[in-house]
Amino acid sequence: MTRAATVKGTGTVTMTVTATLLGLMLVGALGGLMIGYVSYGPGEVLMGLVGLGDPVVAAIVREVRLPRTLLALEVGAALGLAGAALQGLLRNPLAEPGLIGVSSSAALGAVIAFHFGLTTWASWALPVTAIAGASVTTVTLLLIGRWLPGTLPLILTGIALSSLAGALISLALNLAPNPYALNEMVLWLMGSLRDRSMDEVVLALPFLVVGGVLLLSGARGLDALTLGEEAARGLGVNMARLSATIVIGIALVVGAAVSVSGAIGFVGLVVPHMLRPFVGHQPRRLLLPSALGGAALMVVADTVARVLPTNQEVMVGVVTALLGAPFFLALVLRTRRIGP
Amino acid sequence: MSGLEASGLTVRIGARTLVDDAHLVAPRGQVTGIIGPNGAGKSTLLRAVAGVLPHDGRVRLDDAPLPRPGSRARARLIGYLPQRHEAHWPVTVRHTVELGRLPHQGLFEGLSHRDRTIVDDAMDRTDSGGFAEAPVTTLSGGERARAMLARVLAGQTPVLLVDEPVAALDPGQQVSVMALLRAEATVHDRIVVVVLHDLSLAARICDQLLLIDRGRIVQAGPASVVLESPDLEAVYGVPFGRGRVCDVPVVTPLNGRDPSDAGSAHPDRQGLRSISL
Repeated sequence: MTRAATVKGTGTVTMTVTATLLGLMLVGALGGLMIGYVSYGPGEVLMGLVGLGDPVVAAIVREVRLPRTLLALEVGAALGLAGAALQGLLRNPLAEPGLIGVSSSAALGAVIAFHFGLTTWASWALPVTAIAGASVTTVTLLLIGRWLPGTLPLILTGIALSSLAGALISLALNLAPNPYALNEMVLWLMGSLRDRSMDEVVLALPFLVVGGVLLLSGARGLDALTLGEEAARGLGVNMARLSATIVIGIALVVGAAVSVSGAIGFVGLVVPHMLRPFVGHQPRRLLLPSALGGAALMVVADTVARVLPTNQEVMVGVVTALLGAPFFLALVLRTRRIGP
Repeated sequence: MSGLEASGLTVRIGARTLVDDAHLVAPRGQVTGIIGPNGAGKSTLLRAVAGVLPHDGRVRLDDAPLPRPGSRARARLIGYLPQRHEAHWPVTVRHTVELGRLPHQGLFEGLSHRDRTIVDDAMDRTDSGGFAEAPVTTLSGGERARAMLARVLAGQTPVLLVDEPVAALDPGQQVSVMALLRAEATVHDRIVVVVLHDLSLAARICDQLLLIDRGRIVQAGPASVVLESPDLEAVYGVPFGRGRVCDVPVVTPLNGRDPSDAGSAHPDRQGLRSISL
């Protein structure tokens, strides 16, 4: 009797967590639409969204703030989901898409596009090169994973590829054709959602949807991996297919996110970690809440970055890194103290 | 034949052959034990049969080939409990046991009422219901072993492959876990294959035994025959005393053999044994 109640309880808690995060995300998004250089009330914003009321307010809300808010939601959801999936796959709470080199190679792809002026030539060049960069790393990781099974070679390969991408990014900056291109690359690398339009929102969406579906389809395998690779295989999990699904899914969502926002770190680390206790630490139940939590965190961080009273607008990637890096350090110290 | 049958099983890793052309027969309704010294290939053989390790040879269940290794169809037939009871996240014991139902669930399907009943039953049988809501990472070795056993029982597979189920357990729990596995075979008519180190326990619980040494099966047959065989001494490199205590069979290693004598048969074990003697 009590058992059945507890079982139901776990499911209800997950539902409550999901609903709360969804609410937070919507409130955050509304806040993002309201707050800015000039702030509007919720009524004005909602009127503006549907094209009623003051045409200036409507224009600002729909043309400037809506794309930015939607992008923040997309990027945050992508990073949160990718982080949760990667932590499940590697069974390591310290894992992050940045760690296995996916983010940095996506950034490398984008920097190459800037370097050769591809971005002025076609708007879709940036996401395509970023996803291409993420894919090269992903495929390399998969091939090496086939030769050397296990998560340690995967992490080490990722670190090596990450360093390589970092070096090549530096090289591209070093050999920047002109100061303007250099400036553009540096600002972009910091991670920002400034001056974005609906084009970027639409461009990233298909990659995010396909990648997101792939990641969610691996949920069951990630749960089985709680027992280790061998037991998971015994439970009918095709490990090669699971790794491929998760890694390709991560490449798609992270590549798409990086291409529209630049390199934004730590969201994929912090969000799953904070939500894990609320879903009973189950990798499967962590995926969707992490996407929602990532979206909520990102939209809030972007609003904070916008309203900070500084000469230049603070890049949102700087905000997340300033919050995330100490968090990461605290996590490492805690792991050291209580053991893995 | 009604049971599990493997023939020509060979496992190679690089240039090393870990299991060489092994034939294994595990009848339904019986407990088949795999015994042998450390590094003989017991676990490797079990993992090959479970299909979690690449191997040559074939495994058949009731005269039919098994589904592809790593498939859910195979996982519904073969339950496998690895020697290392890994638990990477502090999920509850109940959720851990529920993972045993995964091969029976659809892609986005949750647990059915029947699944929950089976999970409760598996926890009851392994006496792990008392810590059902505890994080699996906080359990003692014995509790974890029982939780993991419940997980594999929850799969309700016709075949149970269990690697060293009693290694972390005290004598009382060893006997009850082995009795449980025995009941799975005799009462529920399953095929139970278990890797064991304790030969007395093997004598007490197993119907059939396979004695494996350096990747080759040296002896196979009824437990009493295999345990009486002089191959046992040759393989382990120590003499054994065999008898009964309170009507329970006991097979226990004895001291007294000349190390150099046995060492000539197994030069690679001489160092180890000279310490134990």
